[in-house]
Amino acid sequence: MASRFIANTPEEQKRMLGVIGAASLEELLVRIPAKARLPRALGLPAAMAETDLIRHMKALAARNADADAHVCFMGGGSYDHYVPSPINHLISRGEFFTAYTPYQPEASQGTLRTIYEYQTMLAELTGMDVANASIYDGASSLAEAALMAHAATGRGEVVLSRGVNPLYRRVVATYGEGPGVRLRDVAAPEGVTDLAAAKKAVGPKTAALVVQTPNFYGCLEDVAAAAEIAHAAGALLVVAADPVNLGVLEGPGKLGADIVVGEGQGLGVPMSFGGPNLGVFAAKNDLVRRMPGRLVGATVDRDGARGFVLTLQTREQHIRRAKATSNICTNVALCALMATIYLATLGRRGLVRVGELSAAKAHYAAERLAKIPGVSLRFAAPFFKEFALKLPKSPERVAARLARQGFLAGVPLKSFDRTLADCLLVAVTEQRTKDEIDAFVAALEKAVA
Amino acid sequence: MSAGAYDKLIFELSSPGREAFSLAGADVPESDVRKILPEKHLRRDAPALPEVSEFDVVRHYSRLSRMNYGVDTHFYPLGSCTMKYNPKLNEDMARLAGFARLHPLAAEAVAQGALQLMHELARDLAEIAGMDAVSLQPAAGAQGELAGVLMIRAYHRSRGEKRTKVLVPDSAHGTNPASTAIAGYEVVEVKSLPNGEVDVDALARTLDTDVAAFMITVPNTLGMFEPRIVEITELCHAKGVQVYMDGANLNAILGITRPGDLGFDVCHFNLHKTFTTPHGGGGPGAGPVGVRAHLEPFLPVPVVTKDGDAYALDWKRPKSIGKLQAFLGNFGMLVRAYTYIRTMGPDGLRSVSDNAILNANYIMKRLEKAYDIAVPGPCMHECVLSARRQKKLGVTATDIAKRLLDLGFYAPSTYFPLIVEEALMIEPTETEAKETLDAFCDAMIQIAREAETNVAVIHDAPVTTPVRRLDQTKAAREPNLRWTPRA
Amino acid sequence: MANVPGNLKYTREHEWAKQEGDRVRVGITAYAQEQLGDVVFVELPKIGAKVAAAKNFGVVESVKAVSDLFAPVSGEVVEINGELPQKPETVNQDPYGKGWMIVVKPSNKAEWDQLLTAPQYEEFLAQGGH
Repeated sequence: MASRFIANTPEEQKRMLGVIGAASLEELLVRIPAKARLPRALGLPAAMAETDLIRHMKALAARNADADAHVCFMGGGSYDHYVPSPINHLISRGEFFTAYTPYQPEASQGTLRTIYEYQTMLAELTGMDVANASIYDGASSLAEAALMAHAATGRGEVVLSRGVNPLYRRVVATYGEGPGVRLRDVAAPEGVTDLAAAKKAVGPKTAALVVQTPNFYGCLEDVAAAAEIAHAAGALLVVAADPVNLGVLEGPGKLGADIVVGEGQGLGVPMSFGGPNLGVFAAKNDLVRRMPGRLVGATVDRDGARGFVLTLQTREQHIRRAKATSNICTNVALCALMATIYLATLGRRGLVRVGELSAAKAHYAAERLAKIPGVSLRFAAPFFKEFALKLPKSPERVAARLARQGFLAGVPLKSFDRTLADCLLVAVTEQRTKDEIDAFVAALEKAVA
Repeated sequence: MSAGAYDKLIFELSSPGREAFSLAGADVPESDVRKILPEKHLRRDAPALPEVSEFDVVRHYSRLSRMNYGVDTHFYPLGSCTMKYNPKLNEDMARLAGFARLHPLAAEAVAQGALQLMHELARDLAEIAGMDAVSLQPAAGAQGELAGVLMIRAYHRSRGEKRTKVLVPDSAHGTNPASTAIAGYEVVEVKSLPNGEVDVDALARTLDTDVAAFMITVPNTLGMFEPRIVEITELCHAKGVQVYMDGANLNAILGITRPGDLGFDVCHFNLHKTFTTPHGGGGPGAGPVGVRAHLEPFLPVPVVTKDGDAYALDWKRPKSIGKLQAFLGNFGMLVRAYTYIRTMGPDGLRSVSDNAILNANYIMKRLEKAYDIAVPGPCMHECVLSARRQKKLGVTATDIAKRLLDLGFYAPSTYFPLIVEEALMIEPTETEAKETLDAFCDAMIQIAREAETNVAVIHDAPVTTPVRRLDQTKAAREPNLRWTPRA
Repeated sequence: MANVPGNLKYTREHEWAKQEGDRVRVGITAYAQEQLGDVVFVELPKIGAKVAAAKNFGVVESVKAVSDLFAPVSGEVVEINGELPQKPETVNQDPYGKGWMIVVKPSNKAEWDQLLTAPQYEEFLAQGGH
C-alpha cells in the first residue's frame, strides 16, 4: 500500500527485514497474542485523493456560518479580533511548527526565546511578576488557579462570582472534584459581583475569591475591592481577564490580584470553533514554585553566552509525578507564539488602540441598539466591549434570522442563565466598522419589530 | 555562542515610534475611552511592549525559528512523542474560513459542517480503538487522562463503590500518576519486571476492592507489546477494576489490535502523535478519550449527536463528569486529524504501524552491538537503548544526546522510562526513509566509537548549535523568568 | 566511599542527626547531596512546627530531582537554617556543617536509639543505600 507520507518501498522493506533477520513484517508482531489481533481491516472510509478530499472539506466548511462571510458580534469568551498577516507566515515555519517541547535546549533556542518573550509580555500586561508558558485555555487556567490556591493556602473552599463565565465555572467544578474543593457562588444580580455578599461568603475556609473582569456580561468588576475582601480573610484573589483588553484596562496585578488567568485567544489566535485557545496564567513571585505548567528561564552557556532553558521543572509531572503541581505536559506553545508575534506587532501603541477602538465601537453600538423600541441594556454597570441586550423577542430566533442576513448577532444567554432568557450578549471589537454597526442596528430593529 | 549567532530579544529591537500594526481610525463619534469608562479601571501607563516595524518582527522571528530543530528540518527521534511528518494539506484545511473563523458558540444550525466533522472523527477514533464512544474535548493527553480517570471515579460511585487507589506501573509517563492524583486517587506504583512487562503475579496480589483502576501504556514504554495484556485486563475486571490505556503509543497498533478488543475500558488518543497534528513547539495537542458503553453516560458535555441528517450538541447528560475546556475541544487539531484519517483510509493507517514497527526494529538491529538494548526485540514502534556501557567510559545519555545535535539530529528521549539506566528512547516513526535511519544509526555508532577513543569531542558537544551546553543549575537557583532592560 | 562522620546518627533516607545538649541538629548526608547533584532549592518548616520521626518535614531539590526530607526524631522545630533558601549550594559544599537544615527539640528520647550508627549507615550504603 503506497502512501505519500511513507517512504519505504516494498523493495526497501525487504532489505530492512533482511537486516533485522525477519522473513516478514508479520514476524515482528509475534508478541501480540493471536486472539488479540484484529481479524479484519478497520471500518473506516476509503482513502481519498487530495483533490477529492479538498472538495469534501470545503463542502463541510461551507456549512458553517463563519466570521468572514458574516459580520461577527459574538463573544462570550471568543472574539473576532484583528490577526496581523505576519503571524500565520511566521508560525508556519517548520522549525517552530514541527518542533516539540524544548527538551534539548541547545537545539530549541528559537522556541525557548519566544516563550521567554511571551512570559515577559504577559507578566507586563497582567501586572504580575511571572507568567507561565501557557495552559490549554482560559477555563482550564482558572481551574488550575483554583487548585493552586487550594494547595497554597491549605484551605478547601473557592468562592466564585456568578459574573465568571459559566463555562469556566463548570471546568473549575470538574477539576475541583478530585481534590474535593468546595465551590461557593456569589451572585452578580446587577451585572457585577455583589461585593457585600462576597464579603459574607469569604472566610477562614476560603482559599480564593474569583472574579472576572470584564466579566461574562461584559461589565467591569471592582478588582481592588475584591482584593481587599479576599486578603482580609487570608484568601487569594484570582482574576480572570482577557489580555487583549489590557492595553487600556489596568493589569489586575496592580489592583491586588495574586493570580491572573485568562483566555488569550484575542491575541492573534483564530476562533477556530473554540480551540485551540490560549490559557494565560500569571502569579506573584512567592507562588512561583506552586505554578502549573512550563517556565522558561534565562541562563548562560559554557562560554558565558546568554541562553534559555525550561526551569523549575521539579514542579512538573515528569519529575514530581503524583505530587506535581499539575498534570499538564503538552500546552499550547504555538498559540503562545501567535500571541507573542501579535503583541510584538501591535506593540506599545497598537494594543492600546485595539482596546480604545473596541470600547468606543461597543459603546456606540450599545447606544444605538438601546434606542430601538423594546430593546434596552440589561445592566447599568460600566462595560468594556461586550454588553447584555434585553430583547422583546426570543434572542435565539432573532439571532437565527440575523444569521440569514449575514450577521452573527451575539450569544443568546438563556442556556447560561435562565433569568436572562430574554437577553443577547453582544460583543464589538475593533474589527467592526460604523457602517457594519449601523446595518446591524437596522437589521435587529426589523427583527424585533 | 557560535560566532555570529543571533542574540536578540524582541524588546531589544525596540525603537520608540516604530509601528508594525495597521488599524483603521475611529469612525464612531466618541472614541476617547477616558470619557467612556471610569478612570479607576484604566491602565495608568501604556504597557511596556516593543516598538518595532513589521519587517523587524518578520526577520526577528524568522531568525529565531532557525535556532530550532523541527521535524521538517531534522530527524527527530524523540521517543514516546511520535514526531512524524505533518502533512501540509492538514494546514490548508484547518485554515479554511468555515473552520478557522467559526465562533464556538455558533448555533447548531449554522455549524453543521463542523459538528459533522466532529461526529465522524469521534466515530472513526472509536473504530480505531475498538471503543463505543469518544469525547473530543480534552486538550491534550494529560487532560484526556484526567477525563478518563474522572469517568472511572463517577462510574464506581454510581455503583455505590468507594474505591480509593489507582495502580500505575513504575515505567509510566509522569502524567499518569499526576492525572490520577488530581482526580482524587491515591497512586500506587507497581513495580515492573526487569524486561518492563507487568509483573502479573504481583499485580494479582495488589488488586483488591479498594483499587479503582489500573493504568497502563500499550505498547509499554520500553516499546514492547505486553504479551499477557488480555489476561491482565481480565484479572482486573474480575476484581471490578477498570483498565485505562495510555494511548501515547497508539502509532504501533493501528489496524493490528485495538484497546477495546484487549479489554480496556478507557483509552485516550494523542492526535498530535498518531494523527499528525503539529507539535508546535510544545502544543497544542488534542487528547480525545474513548470509552466502552458502560462509561458513556459519564462523558464530558456536550456530546455531538446525529439525528437523521442533523447534528446537535447534547448537554442533558446528568451523569457527565462536566466540562474540561470552555468550548468543544481543540477543534483546529480535530480538522487536521480528520483530514489525515481521510487521506490514509484503513489500509493506509495499517501501513503506518507496519512501517513504524519496521523502522524501529531496523534501528534496534543496527545499534544492538554498539549499545546495550533494554529488552531484546522485536520491538514495536520504538526501541529503548541503555548507555550504561558508555557511562563506564564517562559518557552519559545526555552526552550522547548533545553529540547527536552536532551530527545533525535531534535527540531521542533520555532518562525515560525511569526503570532503564541511562535510557535512550528512539522512535523513528513510519515517515522516515531508510537512508535517514541509516545516517542516524551511523551517527550513533560513531558516538559509541568516540566514547572509546575521543571522549572530549562528546563532552564538548554541542558546538554547532546557537548556544553550547546551558547552566541549568544557575537557571533554577536564580530564576530569571522575564526580561528587564539591561542596566 | 562517601564521608560518614562517626559522631553522627543516620536515617535510611540519608539524613544525619547530631545531639547538641537536649536538641538535635539535622541535615542530609554527603552521599545524599552527591546523589542529588547541584541543590537548587530547599523548603524547610517554620520554627515552632512539629515534626514526626520518619515523616516528611521538607523538600530538597536539584535541577531534575526532588527528595523529601524525613525527620530522624519527633519534636518541635526550634531553629531553621535561614540561609539555605538563598544559598542552596551550601548543602553541596558543606552537608555536615553550614548545610544543616533544622534543629529539633525531641519529644521522644527513645527514637534516638532507633537511628543508624555511622558503621551501620556505611554498611547500608555499601549494600546500595536503598
